[in-house]
Amino acid sequence: MQDVDAIVKEALATFAGIDDADQLERAKARYLGKSGALTQLLKELSKLPATERPVFGSRVNAAKEKLEASLAEQRSRIDTLKLEASLRQEALDVTLPGRGLGVGGLHPVTRTMERIEMLFRSMGFEVADGPEIETDYYNFTALNQPENHPARSMHDTFYLADGKHLLRTHTSPIQIRYLEQHRPPVKIIAPGRVYRHDYDATHSPMFHQVEGLWLDEHITFADLKGVLAEFLRRFFEREDLKVRFRPSFFPFTEPSAEIDMSFGGGWLEMGGAGMVHPNVLRNVGIDSEKFQGFAFGLGPDRLTMRRYGVNDLRLFFENDLRFLRQFN
Amino acid sequence: MKFSENWLRTFVNPPLATRELADALSMGGLDVEQVEQDHDDWVLTTKPTPNRGDCLSISGIAREVAALTGAPLSLTDIKPARATINDRLSVTLEAPQACPRYCGRMVRGVNPSAATPEWMTRRLAMGGIRPVSALVDITQYVMLELGQPLHAFDAAKLDGGIRVRYAKAGEKFTLLNGEAPPLTPGFLVIADESKAVALAGIMGGLDTSVNEATRDVFVESAFFSPEAIAGKNRLLNFTTDSSYRFERGVDFAGTLAALERATQLVIEICGGAAGPVTEARAALPGRDPVRLRIARIERLLGVKLDGIQVSAILRRLRFEFSVAEGEFRVTPPSYRFDIAIEEDLIEELARIHGYDRIPATLPAAPPTMLPIPEGKRDIATLRRLLVARDYQEIVSYSFVDAAWETDFAGNTTAVALANPIASQMSVMRSTLAGGLVSCLANNLSRKHARARLFEVGRCFMTDASGGYRQPVRIGGVSYGDARHEQWGLKKRPGDFYDIKSDVEALLAPLAGEFRPMEHPALHPGRSAQILIGGMTAGWIGELHPRWQRKYDFPLAPLLFELDLEAVSERGLPAFQETSKFPPVRRDIAVEVDEAISYQAILEGLRREQPATVVEIGLFDIYRGTGVEKGKKSLAFRVLLQDTRKTLTDAEVESAISQLRRILQQHFNAKLR
Repeated sequence: MQDVDAIVKEALATFAGIDDADQLERAKARYLGKSGALTQLLKELSKLPATERPVFGSRVNAAKEKLEASLAEQRSRIDTLKLEASLRQEALDVTLPGRGLGVGGLHPVTRTMERIEMLFRSMGFEVADGPEIETDYYNFTALNQPENHPARSMHDTFYLADGKHLLRTHTSPIQIRYLEQHRPPVKIIAPGRVYRHDYDATHSPMFHQVEGLWLDEHITFADLKGVLAEFLRRFFEREDLKVRFRPSFFPFTEPSAEIDMSFGGGWLEMGGAGMVHPNVLRNVGIDSEKFQGFAFGLGPDRLTMRRYGVNDLRLFFENDLRFLRQFN
Repeated sequence: MKFSENWLRTFVNPPLATRELADALSMGGLDVEQVEQDHDDWVLTTKPTPNRGDCLSISGIAREVAALTGAPLSLTDIKPARATINDRLSVTLEAPQACPRYCGRMVRGVNPSAATPEWMTRRLAMGGIRPVSALVDITQYVMLELGQPLHAFDAAKLDGGIRVRYAKAGEKFTLLNGEAPPLTPGFLVIADESKAVALAGIMGGLDTSVNEATRDVFVESAFFSPEAIAGKNRLLNFTTDSSYRFERGVDFAGTLAALERATQLVIEICGGAAGPVTEARAALPGRDPVRLRIARIERLLGVKLDGIQVSAILRRLRFEFSVAEGEFRVTPPSYRFDIAIEEDLIEELARIHGYDRIPATLPAAPPTMLPIPEGKRDIATLRRLLVARDYQEIVSYSFVDAAWETDFAGNTTAVALANPIASQMSVMRSTLAGGLVSCLANNLSRKHARARLFEVGRCFMTDASGGYRQPVRIGGVSYGDARHEQWGLKKRPGDFYDIKSDVEALLAPLAGEFRPMEHPALHPGRSAQILIGGMTAGWIGELHPRWQRKYDFPLAPLLFELDLEAVSERGLPAFQETSKFPPVRRDIAVEVDEAISYQAILEGLRREQPATVVEIGLFDIYRGTGVEKGKKSLAFRVLLQDTRKTLTDAEVESAISQLRRILQQHFNAKLR
């Protein structure tokens, strides 16, 4: 009669060496099946003296339990092996490109315009809009630029064939249109297309502008400096950006300034600004003794050029996909 | 204006190097655009703003440098020339408002071939002025030096006294540049007893000009009001150094001094004997005192300047002033045409004080939140939606080729420009289609086989009242395969239904109605008008084969255009109770005539559908084997549900047969 412990030892070693579910079940039969080694031992129980039977019986049962436990463990191990093997087979080349629709992109100047809008909105400016075909009144006269004013030659204007209208040369007419509908406090920006009869390496006959206007009782020239410097630093995400204001002339602001900025090298003109001229306020029926404030005009095309290092303004309007896709 | 630095320094000599001097001028508002070396001297190029006509001379710039730097100023000391002959011409001011001051004098016996001295030609050359003859050069030199344009007539060619009058309608004479523009009574002329001899303040006449035979000259120094000269350059299509100065304002107190200076130089260089000055005068422009309140300075600038600082600055500017009860009363000098109100003075104070010395502050304003209308989709959202659907944004010119307007909008009366920059940019677009198609063509020529582009911008058209409608539109074009070339997806050309899904995505959650239409740009059988709530919102379709050929596209581009206004309302979501009972799905397949549209069937079903039907959707269209020619088989998915109970089979069957009956009766459908 084989020793129980020897059988258990041999069975456990056998089970552990098997990696296949069917083989494991066959091995189980060799020990626990009808003619299995342990079953045989139990059959021989009756041959033992009655006093030894309980002890021997419980030893064999304990051995059976041990084998069953081992079998359960081995089955789960084999399942895991099987799963792992099949997962290995299902593996994909995860480096292949994804399928389906591609993604397009925004025009670089739109990126800038949206960024300008967001930055000024975060400071409480509302966005206003106005027509691009304008009348002489809104584009010039209401902005303190009467007919034959030499300042008009600063803007080479596109006129319509109807002899009465023109293409706005700046976004400033929106100031007038807005102030005809709203009383101070007023805090707006107005982005859009503007047109000037000028076409060379640094000029496009159509370009973009963002007008800004803040009118209240105590908005000062110092505030204008602060707001624009803050904007430029936030826009370029550069705390070391330098901003300077130079005296200038616009018929619709007094005092007027040219805004320059620098990253440490030369100075770049970024736009014009100033305190809204009392005549402009008078033209829209606002008391300039009570209300005052600033207006500015920024060039989003130039801001975009500076932001991304674009060297030719005309690229923005040629719409070459090889250019546009660089900004996606 | 270009000028020599050394010349400037003879009038004012601040302890600043050339670049520092240029910076000081720029930071004071007189922008120095260029600094170029010329032998031992430098040429500075400035472009005074239109309000600063007083800086269009070396003396004016010297005054400005003195004001900005505080350096002492010594301008040319001009002594009257002694009259040694008695010849004179009478001067009559017939338009005293336009010309309130005219000084002139005769110089007889000049040497017309005298050489211009080297120092003068050099200063003129550095000022960008080409030498002509000594007499002409002297007039130019005095203009550069003092800012007063002068004119020298050949006295022998003048017929009697001078009259300053308006031109007669149609009056004509040949100018120095050879042109003889037809004049209108708006032009001021200098005339003698028989004819006009100069276009006042603009250009002299050819016949009376000085030349190599001139022995006697009549030199003119006059003040023409800015209003009399302004705008004339646009009518004439040319500008002169003289008109440029007069329309910006010339010092009316310096008229005589300039004439004396010119006389001195003529006698010195060309010899001759001067007659007495004839001066005619009327009312000169006034210089009203302007009130300046100390408190107003701080309120406007955000920086405090006290009375002592203000006085010091006004003195540097040579502005006369008095002070009473905290208020200054400032009288601007005769050469300043830009100081009319308090703000003008405050700008002067800020300028001289230094813009750099004004602090940069952020205003204290009550925090407010901006309205964000949730029921409207904004343009940024729509843009991003198209970007996510593989469209690239472009920005094209608003003025286009007139042919695009006729081709893509059938528009033969496009809004035209009077002065287009080029003939192919002569009309305003009434549709975005032209720019999109042209941009597509340009990119295909760069070897792109597929492109999806969109643009957002205004379109322009006349309205019934003679004004213009300028709606913002959003338009797109899609060309080539439905998807970019990739592994694992079969190549398939994009078609109408691909861009239709892009448009539907833009409109969602609203459903547009797509109605067959004819559009000049589009294939008549493959185009639709888009309506939202019954209102026209845009169009969609395949480019007309005619334009596909004309613009040389191998495949048909697909286009759409929507009115931003029409698609911006989207409303707010409204909650509805969801049913706790399971939905039942049944499919119905029917065969109908090709000519019957899906939309018609859907509407027919919806009009009479039982209340338990919650959704009807198309999931297949089939033509071919098993379907009669000229017919199509449509397969609908029907979802049924009740909010109060589970539907019984009998209820489901009854609802489905109701739908079948509608299909049979209204659409002559054959059930499959």
